[in-house]
Amino acid sequence: MQTALISPAEATILGISGVGWSISILVIGLSLFAYFVARRLTPLLKAGADPRLDRIPERLVRLLKYGILQYRQPRYRLAGILHIIIFAGFMILSLRSVTLILSGIVDGFTLPGSGGRFYTCLKEVSATAVLVVCLAAMVRRGLFRPKRYAVPAKYGKAHTAEALAVLTLISGLMLCDMTFEASQFSANFQKGFQTGLLIPGTGTWLTTRAFNPLPVSSLQSIHLVAYFLHDLIFFLFLCFLPLGKHFHVVTSLPNVFLMKLDKGTVKPVKWDLDESKIVDLQSVGAKNLEDLTWKHILDFYSCADCGRCSDQCPANSVGRPLSPRFISLKCRDHAFKRYPLFGRAAKEKTPLVGQVLEEDEIWSCTTCGACENECPLMIEYVDKIVDLRRGLIDDGLVPQSLQKPLKSIEKRGNPYGKLETKRADWIQGLPVKVLGQGENCKTLYFVDSITCFDDRAQKIARSMARVLDAAKMDFGILGADERDSGHEVKRFGEEMLFLALKGKNTKAILNTGVRNIVTSDPHAFNALRHDYQGIPPVEHISQLMERKIKSGDIQLKNVENSGNIYTYHDSCYLGRHNGIYEAPRTVIDAIPGLKRVEMARCRDRSFCCGGGGLAMFYEPTEEKRMGQVRVDMARQAGANVIVTACPFCLVQIEDGIKTSGLEGEMEVIDLVELINDHLVCRE
Amino acid sequence: MDILVCVKRVPDPAENEIRLNADGTDIERDNLVYSVNEWDNYAVEEAIRIRDRTGGSVTVVTVDNEEGDEVLRRELAMGADRAIHVQDKLFEGADGEGLARILKAEIEKGRYDLVFTGVQADAGSAQVGGMLAAMLDWPFASIVSHLEVLDEQKIRIHREVAGGNQEVYEMDLPGVLSIQTGINEPRYVPIRGILKASSLDIPIHKASDLGLTADTAGGSRARVKRQDYFLPVMGEGAEILKGTAEEIIERLIGLLKSKGGIR
Repeated sequence: MQTALISPAEATILGISGVGWSISILVIGLSLFAYFVARRLTPLLKAGADPRLDRIPERLVRLLKYGILQYRQPRYRLAGILHIIIFAGFMILSLRSVTLILSGIVDGFTLPGSGGRFYTCLKEVSATAVLVVCLAAMVRRGLFRPKRYAVPAKYGKAHTAEALAVLTLISGLMLCDMTFEASQFSANFQKGFQTGLLIPGTGTWLTTRAFNPLPVSSLQSIHLVAYFLHDLIFFLFLCFLPLGKHFHVVTSLPNVFLMKLDKGTVKPVKWDLDESKIVDLQSVGAKNLEDLTWKHILDFYSCADCGRCSDQCPANSVGRPLSPRFISLKCRDHAFKRYPLFGRAAKEKTPLVGQVLEEDEIWSCTTCGACENECPLMIEYVDKIVDLRRGLIDDGLVPQSLQKPLKSIEKRGNPYGKLETKRADWIQGLPVKVLGQGENCKTLYFVDSITCFDDRAQKIARSMARVLDAAKMDFGILGADERDSGHEVKRFGEEMLFLALKGKNTKAILNTGVRNIVTSDPHAFNALRHDYQGIPPVEHISQLMERKIKSGDIQLKNVENSGNIYTYHDSCYLGRHNGIYEAPRTVIDAIPGLKRVEMARCRDRSFCCGGGGLAMFYEPTEEKRMGQVRVDMARQAGANVIVTACPFCLVQIEDGIKTSGLEGEMEVIDLVELINDHLVCRE
Repeated sequence: MDILVCVKRVPDPAENEIRLNADGTDIERDNLVYSVNEWDNYAVEEAIRIRDRTGGSVTVVTVDNEEGDEVLRRELAMGADRAIHVQDKLFEGADGEGLARILKAEIEKGRYDLVFTGVQADAGSAQVGGMLAAMLDWPFASIVSHLEVLDEQKIRIHREVAGGNQEVYEMDLPGVLSIQTGINEPRYVPIRGILKASSLDIPIHKASDLGLTADTAGGSRARVKRQDYFLPVMGEGAEILKGTAEEIIERLIGLLKSKGGIR
């Protein structure tokens, strides 16, 4: 095709050929980028093992869903849509950029697939869309400044400048491309040459129209300036990526591909070490940056600073000193500082907690998983928190409020320091078999500590006994042989104590010869399901009740108080960590005449009650209790009865009602209690 | 600075239900779990912190039967450098003075700048530290709630006195201190540490190693002997509230209101 303008490859600028310029920019840009990336990878090579190349087909599906299709982005509607457009634009225009850059070296170069009418059409529309979205994003970041991007004073200045700079660079790329194309189009028009495809309404079309009055000589200059400016901005942007949060442009797709696949689990102390060898280790847990796994450092690099994690974090929202976003950003900056782009890496170790993070920050987490569930890039937090806690435990740096329950669990197998023999005191005449003393049965009811000992939670156990009995289940409990499931012991980093508890419980469970296990405590459920091995299958009571209601084994009468409006509060370890959202709702809705509403934050966006297990003993600095906040949310939804499916949620929310002075107005009841109250008694 | 801390294994009321046995001679010892005496734990923590600041060593010692091993290993896991287990059938039933005599013999076998005891242990007598200092002819301060090392021969201490007031003293070394809870925040002892300490060697010192005989120390020459254990008889005006937690709370609030405790 004949063109009116000299192409960049054929041009001579300042006495050097266009090809020479193009090659120089390409080589310098790529070398610098490769060097930066190599430097950034240094700490990953020194970090802990983390096998992430298993189950490739599953990983590819997740990459497609969360990476390419950006599944989680629209959870924040506007920002999500803007991001999807920019991301899709990047994917489409990457082909165009490569073509453009190489055409400066090989005149008229086209990549296969990038020369056709379809692609031209697509890239013209994309470039225009990206430009418009960048401008919209600039207005949003610069003028409207959404709250979740705010940076608390203790963490330095706002990150708006970096965001705006990058949006400017992207807009610059689009504008250069458009200008480069438009100058060619306009010159061709003027000289009567054949032109390519020009789509009305696109940036190139508009620019072409604006260029039409200009003489061809000016267009020639514009053409070349636009080309080389595009080249420069492209490589400037590329080399800028590894310097900050825009590294996610490079790392996010690998990060999604390498994501944690099994929810509800906690990483082992060391991936490449048998648990019997933990005791011989010099040190346990993440004390320094290099103690983290390489994937966890990649997480830091991948953080896009979007603030969604902290926006969802219940600890953050009640003013505890924890913000998942800043865990990533502070650790990323720490990694950058320890391993600078130029000069030597720091030799002496710097403790993460104390220097980069605060102790209270690490203990403030309830491991509810709201942050991980929101992160569009699948960054992990719970495993890191647990690894950091393991380090603190190893050094004895444990708040006094947590030492007592931990010691009681060590001595008595429960955090309250009660006698083992009293674990079955709640039975009080109910027909419950205590297994292990000649008694045997099919189903084990694993009660766990809070339900054994807490006055309020014991009512769940008593309701459980009646409901299981009504459902004609052949069940029993471990009684004095049961120990705390250790769910929180593990998540608070005391792995060796957890292993001891697991050992005792596993032995006791296997001794009974039961065929399945049921529990009313999602924490015990999660522990038995994910942290224990080689025991019979475990179910949460909501699943069992759902089945028994369906089969007609459990029959329910009309709702007792038809004036009540019920709402279901998703427990973190039933919902987010195990994906059980429907069973409890189906069970509640099976009560004829019951009115149920949803809270704004429900299902995978449920708001943690304040946490179970050891989290109940921790005394954080906070403005308000999470339980109180949750009660407010239920009121706003128009409910007056909150239904929980977890003893910890029950106790925390009841606390929230009392401390908010809402007794009489608001009420909380466990799912099992609710069903027990509505059982049709069969003779 | 070389510090010796005397520790004792006691039943922890936080993890036990303390009851009298049937014949009223002792508490019911079946199904008890034991811990290191709380005051002693603070003393070990303080010793470790001083060592970490000034150098030297921390040794823990207990006078107990073989069960005492557990608390020594816990304190080793906490950070003590050495442990000594003083163990002999002769010592069973020793009174406070006897214990002080045994500890004195042990202390004279080594070289220590400071000896710590807890303010008191399960018996609540708070006497061993003072007697030990007298027998060694060393200075003594009780109920120590703050400690600064001034130099190798001198320390400054705070003592808690009535009304929350503090007295400040300087003391020449060597000396004996009884340490009050709250002087620091003792570190957590991870199970891993305890397991690691399970393979460490703890020397056992018998009466003969310390040059002691039944006549000089031990249970048989105890001059203070426990005669009886009993729960005080409920006096006039005393009442134990019974019922569920809710009922007890309601009754308590009612009582406090009627007696003018709260409005």
